[in-house]
Amino acid sequence: MNDPLLRLSGLTKAYPGVVANRDVSFDIGKGEVHALLGENGAGKSTLVKTIYGLVKPDEGSMTLEGKPFAPHDPRAARAAGIAMVFQHFSLFDALTVAENVALGMENPPPMGELAARIKDVSETYGLPLNPSRIVGDLSAGERQRVEIIRCLLQDPKVLIMDEPTSVLTPQEVEILFETLRKLQAEGTSILYISHKLEEIRALCDCATILRLGEVVGTCDPRETSAREMAELMVGGTLHVPERETKVEGEVLMQIKGLSAPSPAEFGTSLKDISLEVRAGDVIGIGGVAGNGQDELLAALSGEIRVGQGQITFQGKDIGHLPPDARRTLGICAAPEERMGHAAAPDMSLTENGALTARKRKNLTKNGFINWRAARGFAEEVIETFDVRTPGPNNAARSLSGGNLQKFVIGREILQDPQVLIVNQPTWGVDASAAAAIRQALLDLAAKGAAVIVISQDLDELMEVSDSFAALNEGRLSAPRPARGLTVEEIGLMLGGAHDMEVAHVAS
Amino acid sequence: MDLSSINPLLLLASLMVAATPILLAATGELVVERAGVLNLGVEGMMISGSVLGFVAAISTGSPWLGFLVAALGGAGMALVFGILTQFFLSNQVATGLALTLFGLGLASLLGQGYLGVKAPPFPDWHIPLLSDIPVLGPIVFQHDPIVYLGLAIVAGVWWFLSKTRAGLVLRAVGENHEAAHGLGYHVVRTRLLAIMFGGACAGLGGAYLSIVRVPTYADGLTAGAGWIALAIVVFASWKPGRLLLGAYLFGGVTVLQLNLQAAGVAIPVEYLSMSPYIATILVLVIMSASGAPGSLGKTFHAAR
Repeated sequence: MNDPLLRLSGLTKAYPGVVANRDVSFDIGKGEVHALLGENGAGKSTLVKTIYGLVKPDEGSMTLEGKPFAPHDPRAARAAGIAMVFQHFSLFDALTVAENVALGMENPPPMGELAARIKDVSETYGLPLNPSRIVGDLSAGERQRVEIIRCLLQDPKVLIMDEPTSVLTPQEVEILFETLRKLQAEGTSILYISHKLEEIRALCDCATILRLGEVVGTCDPRETSAREMAELMVGGTLHVPERETKVEGEVLMQIKGLSAPSPAEFGTSLKDISLEVRAGDVIGIGGVAGNGQDELLAALSGEIRVGQGQITFQGKDIGHLPPDARRTLGICAAPEERMGHAAAPDMSLTENGALTARKRKNLTKNGFINWRAARGFAEEVIETFDVRTPGPNNAARSLSGGNLQKFVIGREILQDPQVLIVNQPTWGVDASAAAAIRQALLDLAAKGAAVIVISQDLDELMEVSDSFAALNEGRLSAPRPARGLTVEEIGLMLGGAHDMEVAHVAS
Repeated sequence: MDLSSINPLLLLASLMVAATPILLAATGELVVERAGVLNLGVEGMMISGSVLGFVAAISTGSPWLGFLVAALGGAGMALVFGILTQFFLSNQVATGLALTLFGLGLASLLGQGYLGVKAPPFPDWHIPLLSDIPVLGPIVFQHDPIVYLGLAIVAGVWWFLSKTRAGLVLRAVGENHEAAHGLGYHVVRTRLLAIMFGGACAGLGGAYLSIVRVPTYADGLTAGAGWIALAIVVFASWKPGRLLLGAYLFGGVTVLQLNLQAAGVAIPVEYLSMSPYIATILVLVIMSASGAPGSLGKTFHAAR
């Protein structure tokens, strides 16, 4: 390879108590699609933030086209030709598409001209967008287009993409890859961050693997198997959840014509959802983010009350019951957002445990909390689910994402629910913890409970579900047996490619 | 009771004067809130502005210098709020309330020697040609310059927020401060500037009360005008146009009820006095749409 476009040498960044990057070096060539692989907490985000000027390295240096490159803020990085598509969109809900794009540019043209250019570029790359729409009203896929267009309008030399496909349907992923290949053909280098190994094998020329802040290997992903890469990432062998053969159980919960408006300003309303939930069943509900997942969980857990007859549990109408009453009946739920929704960040694990398990674990007496029993319950969760924490008196905030997730899921599972609803149970959790959580969900189902898993990770859903249904704009498709479903079929259930089309730029 | 003693022309003309203090304070607070900061200290900054401006106007004999000092004083108090909330990350609600209490105390301390003193005269402008238009002329074009300054500030804020790049950045900071920081914009700097602008506007509004509208200083002069300004910002859905409407509505009902009191209408004075507050909130609630800035009142800390 000739001279690299971007060279990182010896980048080190330490935060109090943790080294995020230690002596990281690699090169990105011109027109190369370079994958950055690693588990959560491996230091990928810190590294790309360094390149984008959001983080200053303690040691080490970078060169861009042979010249020293040390951006002191993102605007300097953008001026030098670095563009970034963020994992959690850096968009402004209440502003229009054009305003959002303008905010990501150094010297935006007047609004009218900018709108015309957005239309132009978006159509060239097969990502149609209406510049005057309010971003809060767009789907997740469309919002990502806004981010990408914002980058493309600046003719970047290096485009950084942080987990871009987690919010896309398989068809949309295919179109995104077409766009990226066009860009590559035009000479743009792409730094592609993902933990989806098959995607990396399909797209990337070269991969650098990070573990605990250090480079542990580089490989050519087209010639390395996904399993080998996964083991490099994890640093050991991976345990794949197993399940026993299941028996068809009785109907526990019946959802019929469930409709509810969203409580959030830019949320999705639920429209006429019907589903039969049987004992021992794991129902996987897929869908691109923002298609009603949060609302569905809220309606089932009791955070949103719904009309008469829309949800029945063992023949009893429960649509009007609040979460506490549903828990007492045996319907437990773990929402997606750990901090502040599933757990109160500043309260101890004991208190967080008592908050949801109070009724089912008999942790109160005459209105007073039995702290000894509550601590015992928290210790049981920590023990059973291998939550890494000094003890139950620690605040929920002090736990890492994966450990807190194990705690909030374990807390519900140990209450012996009859129906458990979880949303994104392994989001932001490292691979071994994710496997443990999935195994626990399967074990719960094997004991005769029904489990509803709402997730955007299709691999996860295929691994655990008996039947699969898709949420699309607040509607739920009819469930189908998960075994034997192809990616193509799932993609169509998720709403296909919406209105995207393959890039038709001449290259 | 003699309703015929109410002159509709005079009523409409004094409406603009009555609305100006609230209009100024509310416009300033609108900018602050669009930047994502909730400053509940408007009342305190207003009353401080009213006493500072009054003292300066008396001692120099120049109302203009009075207004200048009031704006600087308001901005200075706002800066204290800004430093506490933006650098020391104190709670915005508590800090704002403290600012109001502090302002009320400061004002009655400074105002002690000035109670009952009359402000220097501040002549109205008679805008040539326009003020000679029958009916419309006396209503709209024969006021003191601050009335027009207030209108200019509202128009300027509208233009700034919707047309300029800096205004777009300010809205972005208020909408999602994490994302704005991620794109490289200076959240704290933007907010400090907005907070100081809000303070200056509140100071001007307060000084208008003591120098022009009353025109003397008395304890508790603002009588909750700062709180009404805060309410108007919310019910106007953070939009300058609606804010103007809300302020004029409040001003209109205020003058109307004063005239009714003078005319001796057989309604208890207390009901008349509360009517502007009720009418303003009622109308704005009915027409209000949501649309609060996404990061309003949240503390920003650039972690990692």
